[in-house]
Amino acid sequence: MPDARVSVPATNRRGEPFEVRILIRHPMETGYRTDEFGKSIPRNVIRTFICRYNGEPVFSARLSSGIAANPYLRFFVTARESGQLTFEWIDDAGVRGEDRAAVVVV
Amino acid sequence: MNGPGSPRFRVRRRLLQCAGGLALAPRLQAQAADRELPDIPALSAFVAGRSPQWGRVRLELPQLADNGQTVPMRVVVDGPFAPGPHVRAIRLYSQANPVPEMAVFEFPLPLERVEVESRVRLAESQRVVAVAAMSDGALHVAVAEVVVTIAGCMDGT
Repeated sequence: MPDARVSVPATNRRGEPFEVRILIRHPMETGYRTDEFGKSIPRNVIRTFICRYNGEPVFSARLSSGIAANPYLRFFVTARESGQLTFEWIDDAGVRGEDRAAVVVV
Repeated sequence: MNGPGSPRFRVRRRLLQCAGGLALAPRLQAQAADRELPDIPALSAFVAGRSPQWGRVRLELPQLADNGQTVPMRVVVDGPFAPGPHVRAIRLYSQANPVPEMAVFEFPLPLERVEVESRVRLAESQRVVAVAAMSDGALHVAVAEVVVTIAGCMDGT
């Protein structure tokens, strides 16, 4: 199973905002839980998330343990020209994830 | 003595005004309660004495959340923005979570539709604040009150 699922509209009108939805598979471990031996499970949440449109940052998020496991984000980006959205995130353990989606502007 | 300006008519008018007021009362009360920022040190530090404006941000959370582990959240800042100041960032603050700064959403480019949806964790019943910071430094805020039945920080282990 891939780490993320991205959804963008099939086609977009130039100059208009379009909806971007992303669901990332990640436990967003709070650091307040303990394992079966009573040992505390270290915090591991996605700290930063960034969305670029043809290389230019268009949306970013700084998250915390206050965001639910398997973080879901829905936001808007203005359609300019056809190209690519790239998504990148990094968690407390330093593990990076990424995904991409094609954008078609008519 | 019985014309529209007479004491009798004034009493009648006052009563009718009160009746209208009563019909609106539940709504107004909810709003009045919403228009006060909860005491969250991280939020006060960010606001830093500025006076935030109400009404342009909408923070949508369920009034009753069965499970604090995952609570749907939507925040909208009403436009239009261009050619005026645009939204730079939206910050979410929690009154009762161990980490009061829940998230910061940033918009590097001017955007006409500012809307973010996610799912949050809530440790207990509390108020959540959304602050939109504009490119001219103005702040817009909204508050939502959520009753949580199962806490978001506990788990079954």
